[in-house]
Amino acid sequence: MPSLEAVNLTKNYGKFVALSNLSLKIEGSKCVGFLGPNGAGKTTTLKLFTDMIRPSQGKALINGISVHENKRLALEHCGSLIESPEIYPSFTPKEALSMIAEIRGVPHDVREKRIEEAIAEVKMEDWKDKKVGKFSKGMKQRINIASSLLSEPDILLLDEPTTGLDPRGMSEVRDIVKSLKKRNRLIFMSSHLLPEVSDVCDEVAMIDHGKLLVYDTLSNVTTKFSGDGNSSIVEIGLARALDDSFPIGSISSITGVVSVDKMDSRNLRIKFSGGLEKQETLLSDLAAMKIGMISFRASGSALEDTYLNLIKDTL
Amino acid sequence: MTQQTQTSLEGNILPTSIAQVGIIARYEILNYFRSRRFFILLAITLLISGLLTFAIAYEGDSIAGSPPQALPFYATYWGFASNLIVVFCAVFFGGDAISGEFQNKTGYFLVGNPIRRSSIYVGKWIAALTASLIMMGVFTVICLGNGFYWIGTSIPTQFVEAISFTLIYLVAALGFTFFFSSLFKSSSFSILVTVVLLLFGFSLIDTVVTNLIHVEPWFTLSYGSGIISNVFTIPYPQHITTVSFGGGGRGPTLTEYIPTIPEGLIIMVIYFALTAILGLLLFERKEFN
Repeated sequence: MPSLEAVNLTKNYGKFVALSNLSLKIEGSKCVGFLGPNGAGKTTTLKLFTDMIRPSQGKALINGISVHENKRLALEHCGSLIESPEIYPSFTPKEALSMIAEIRGVPHDVREKRIEEAIAEVKMEDWKDKKVGKFSKGMKQRINIASSLLSEPDILLLDEPTTGLDPRGMSEVRDIVKSLKKRNRLIFMSSHLLPEVSDVCDEVAMIDHGKLLVYDTLSNVTTKFSGDGNSSIVEIGLARALDDSFPIGSISSITGVVSVDKMDSRNLRIKFSGGLEKQETLLSDLAAMKIGMISFRASGSALEDTYLNLIKDTL
Repeated sequence: MTQQTQTSLEGNILPTSIAQVGIIARYEILNYFRSRRFFILLAITLLISGLLTFAIAYEGDSIAGSPPQALPFYATYWGFASNLIVVFCAVFFGGDAISGEFQNKTGYFLVGNPIRRSSIYVGKWIAALTASLIMMGVFTVICLGNGFYWIGTSIPTQFVEAISFTLIYLVAALGFTFFFSSLFKSSSFSILVTVVLLLFGFSLIDTVVTNLIHVEPWFTLSYGSGIISNVFTIPYPQHITTVSFGGGGRGPTLTEYIPTIPEGLIIMVIYFALTAILGLLLFERKEFN
């Protein structure tokens, strides 16, 4: 089972504490969102896991192997994308990916195929033989994402992966992350985009001023920390536009439902109490009502609410 | 470096660290071949070679004697320009080899992979050496072409020695520039420091230390590299020459130090070993932040 573990991980720059005694263990196939304001220590943590910086104290372990004691072994099954790297401008995407594939030991007989697949996954087929120097920031970021996927790693460390991408590119990256979850990967992803985290992540870790504030499932975190601390919010999508015959009153009367608000003509926000168990029964109750529900998900605004409750200020 | 080969769950076989050095070197060379700086330095090398060819053609008698002699010819051709080409190669290919990885953020593309930083460093160094050897090769071929045309195919052993010493100087100069490239994160600053030191700084230190402090400048690379041109002098110049001015030997004296061949070789080898180790340690410790 893939795992990431920070053991009392600390990073100081002189007197400035960038990361303070972070202890966190993530195991299994899932996507964990890593949230926090600017300067909170997110990128510092990811850099410690990829040997870009050295810890002042503590250890960063990947699959139980210390990154700083045995980098090659620790990072063998780990792909990463940290801070939008630049690629040699004279290289084409195929050459840049070929270099990474060779370094990572992708077998020669499948190398070409893997490179083509990675390029196709980030929709850069038409640019694969063009020089990277002419690419936009978003195009380079796509190649960087392809590079992190190339060796089909068990673990992916992504530092704001949708940075620089247009809305379509962002959506495509989210789809890639979702598809990786289905392929038994562990994804640890920092982001400022809370709807993105709500959409793709199963768990969230929040950090501020170098300290871990919370690490739990998305539902538990939003239940504990959003609004009054006892309620959660789900958003449901409808196949048809709402009209006067829509049974809002019936939904409001379901046990545990606190309020039902119309977001737009096809979406409702339902606030309820009772945690995950209630969320489960709410889903089945709504499905039984046959109201044309086509989606049901924890609200991004609930996560925002949680974020704002836990993180009081930013740098 | 570890020789182990590991097979991953994905069917990947992580190459040994030595194999990864080769991979980095290969792609770095590809990058050099496509870079403007490679062709600029090639043009500079051809220009220097062309000017020397022109000078030999028009001033051949005063340079190589009449009839032309092999030793003065090669002493002039090789001794005059080989040092300069070495310095250009070291600065062009080594000056920002490491600092550029930080400044341009290209290092982020490599360092997060299962590869030791030492493999990256050594791979880049080998690539810089290969690109430099191509330049030296071009210069050597043109030099030999001139020599064969004017003198014939006899090559003095001193010329072969000078080529060997030049290659050792190249290795040392690349170690030196890689060290400064690891020391700074700014490409332009690391290039500037190495240019100033290799082109003027060391020569100035040699002059000041010799004439004012009257100490042999055994600690500068330029002093050690003096054996490249000195080897053409027969007999090899004296290690220390003191000239007195007036006063029956009691007046002011001027001392000239010439490195012996073993001394010159030791200086260059130590320069390479020290700067290579220090540069590597610096790169190992340096943080991408």
